[in-house]
Amino acid sequence: MSINATPTGADTAVEETERHATVPAQRGSRRKAPLSENKKAERKLGWLLCAPAALVMVAVTAYPIIYSVWLSLQRFDLRFPDERQFIGLENYVTVLTNEFWWTAFGVTMLITVVTVAVELVLGMGLAIIMHRTLVGRGLVRTSALIPYGIVTVVAAFSWRYAWTPGTGYLADLFSDGAPLTERASSLAIIMLAEIWKTTPFMALLLMAGLALVPEDLLKAASTDGATAWQKFTKVMLPVMKPAILVALLFRTLDAFRVFDNIFVLTAGGNETSSVSMLAYNNLIRGLNLGIGSTMSVLIFITVAIIAFVFVKLFGTAAPGSDDGERR
Amino acid sequence: MADIVLDKVSKKFPDGTVAVQDVDLEIADGEFVILVGPSGCGKSTTLNMIAGLEDISSGELRIGGQRVNDKAPRDRDIAMVFQSYALYPNMTVRENMAFPLRLAKLDKETINSKVDEAAKVLELTSLLDRKPANLSGGQRQRVAMGRAIVRQPKAFLMDEPLSNLDAKLRVQMRTVVSRLQKQLGTTTVYVTHDQTEAMTLGDRVVIMRGGAVQQVGPPQELYDHPRNLFVAGFIGSPSMNFLHAAVQDGSLRTALGDVPLGDRIRRELEAADAPRELILGIRPEHFEDAELVDEDTRRRGLEFEAPVEIVESMGSDKYVYFTVEGERASAAELEELAADAGASDFSGAGSNLVTRLSAESAVAEGQSRRVWFNLEKIHLFDPTNGRNLTLHEGRAAGALAD
Repeated sequence: MSINATPTGADTAVEETERHATVPAQRGSRRKAPLSENKKAERKLGWLLCAPAALVMVAVTAYPIIYSVWLSLQRFDLRFPDERQFIGLENYVTVLTNEFWWTAFGVTMLITVVTVAVELVLGMGLAIIMHRTLVGRGLVRTSALIPYGIVTVVAAFSWRYAWTPGTGYLADLFSDGAPLTERASSLAIIMLAEIWKTTPFMALLLMAGLALVPEDLLKAASTDGATAWQKFTKVMLPVMKPAILVALLFRTLDAFRVFDNIFVLTAGGNETSSVSMLAYNNLIRGLNLGIGSTMSVLIFITVAIIAFVFVKLFGTAAPGSDDGERR
Repeated sequence: MADIVLDKVSKKFPDGTVAVQDVDLEIADGEFVILVGPSGCGKSTTLNMIAGLEDISSGELRIGGQRVNDKAPRDRDIAMVFQSYALYPNMTVRENMAFPLRLAKLDKETINSKVDEAAKVLELTSLLDRKPANLSGGQRQRVAMGRAIVRQPKAFLMDEPLSNLDAKLRVQMRTVVSRLQKQLGTTTVYVTHDQTEAMTLGDRVVIMRGGAVQQVGPPQELYDHPRNLFVAGFIGSPSMNFLHAAVQDGSLRTALGDVPLGDRIRRELEAADAPRELILGIRPEHFEDAELVDEDTRRRGLEFEAPVEIVESMGSDKYVYFTVEGERASAAELEELAADAGASDFSGAGSNLVTRLSAESAVAEGQSRRVWFNLEKIHLFDPTNGRNLTLHEGRAAGALAD
C-alpha cells in the first residue's frame, strides 16, 4: 500500500489547505484520486498475476537465449578450454563466410519452401475432403491424423529402412542403387518424409479456416454464376486467408528447424545438412560452444525474420489476437 | 424475366424426411409471390430448389418454360438475396455488386455503368468503395439487393432478406423492396416467416405447413377466406380467437353463448360422419363494445358479457383482453401455431379473447363489459382435419348462411 499512500496523503493535504477553494476544483481532485487508485491497484494485481508465468518464461527462455548470445561472442571450444576469450562478432564473420553454412542454409531453404508449398496444396485438398465428408467424419479425420501422431524419429527410421537396398521395399521398387547415398535423392526422400508427416497438421489448421467460410457465401457465389473453381479462388481463399497465413507461418517456422528426419535418414551426409544439423554438429559433437551458439543465434534471427515478415507484411493475425478484418 | 412453374415438386432427404411434398405453383411473369409459414415448413427448401442449391427429388421445375431440374444455379439466371446478406467480405461494395457481371465476362465499362446505375437506385453511390464490414445492417442489405439487381436476372429469390434488420428499418426496407420490384417488374419469390411481411408485400401468398401448401391467394383473400384452421391462425395479428364449440340441437354451445346456425351449415352437420365438436374462430376486429352498436347491426350478431382483463389503447382503437370460461379449443394446428409463436408452454386458465374495440369505448380493466360480435364473420373449423366449414365455393359466409 506504499504506492497508494502518497496520493491519498496529498489529497487530504489539498483539502485542508484549500478548504475554502472553489467547489469544482475540490470536486475534481476528489474524483480523480479514487479512480487512479483503483487503476493502480488493478495494474498491480495484473503484474502479480502475470509474475509466476513471467518468471518461468525468463528462466527457461530468456536466460538460455541471452546465454547463447553471450557464448556466441566468445571463442569457446571445450577441447581447448584455456583459449576461452571474448572476441566480439568474429564468430559471426567465421560462420557467415563459411561455405558449409551457406550450403546448409540453401538446403534448409529448399526443404522449407518445397515442403511448405506441397503441404499447403495437399493439406488444402485433404481439408476440403475432411470438411465435405458426411459419413464417418470422425474416422476420416482420425485416420488422416495418424502420420502426425507417429513420433518423427520412429517414422524416419521406417522411411530409412524402406529406402535401404536389400531390406526396403521402396528402394527395390524405385531405384537400382542406394537412394540415401546420393544427394538429390536423399533430399527428395527427406522432403517426402517431412511432407508425409506434417500434411495432416496443415490440413487440420486449414480445416479450421474452412469452417470460417459461411455456407451462404458459397450459395451466393453459385447463384452469381461462379464455377466450382471460381468459388474456391474468389470466395473461399480470400475468406480463409487469415487461417492460411497462420498455417503457413506455423509450418514455415517448423520446417526451417528441420532436424530429426535428416538426422535419422542421412545424418547430414552428402551435403544434406540443415542449419539445425550443422549447429548440432558443431555444438554437441564438435564441442565448439562459440561457433555452435553463433549458428543457433543465426537460426533464431532467421526464424524471427520469417515471423516478422508474415505478421507485418502479409498481415497474418498473430495466433490468439483478433482475426477479423486487418486491412 | 420469366414465369416459374413448380409441378409436383418434392424434396426427400437421404434420411427419409420429406421436407417438401408435391408443391404445385405457377408464378406468373413479373409476379411477387411470398412463401410463408412457421420454421421447418419447407419454404426455404422450396426456394433453394428453385435456385438450384438443393436437388429436386421428384417433380418438375420450369423457368421461362424450360425444364431446369438438372441445371446448375449458375445456368438458371436467377439472383438470390440471403438473410445473412452473404456479401463477400474481401471485396468492396463496388466489387461485390460487380462480381456476377465479372463472372459473366462483361466488359469493364458496361460493368461500371451497370453498377453505378444500381447504386443510384439503392442510394449506395457514396458507399461504393467501402468494405461490407464498415456498413450498417441496412446498408449491407441494400448492397445484397444491388448485387441481385445489376444482373437483370430472370427472377429474384429472397430468403428472409429483412429478418436481420431491426423492426423500424424492416418496415422501411419493406417499402423499398416493394417499390423496387414494381419498378423492375421482375418475377420475385420471397420467403419469410413473418405474416405481416407476407400480407404487405406480395401479390399472392403461399402458406406452407409441414412441406405442403395450405392455401395460395392474394393476402386479403387468405385473411377473409382461410381454407383451414392453420391459415386462419397464421394470418392476422393479433391472431384469430379460437373457441371450443359443441354442436347441440341445431345450434352451437360456446363460451360466448349459443350461436345459431344457418341452413347450409346445419345440413352439413347433420351428416352421419359430421363432427360433434367444432372450433369457432373470430377475428379481434369483429367484436365491438355493445354500447356502440346500433340496432341494425346488433341483429346480425350476438352479445355476451365477460370480465375485462387488460386494455391496450392504441390511440386509433383499443385492444381489450377478456377471460372467458369454458373448454379451450384444441387441435394439432393450434398447438403448432402456439409452438411457432414460442408460447406452447405458456397458457392461462380458461380461454383468452383478444378483441379490437373502438377507441370511444369506455371499457376499463377489472370491470365486466357487454361485447357484441358479428355472426357473419365467424368461421367454424373441423378440429380433426382443420377444414373451414363456413367456406362455400371459396368464400367464407359466416355461421348464418343459408
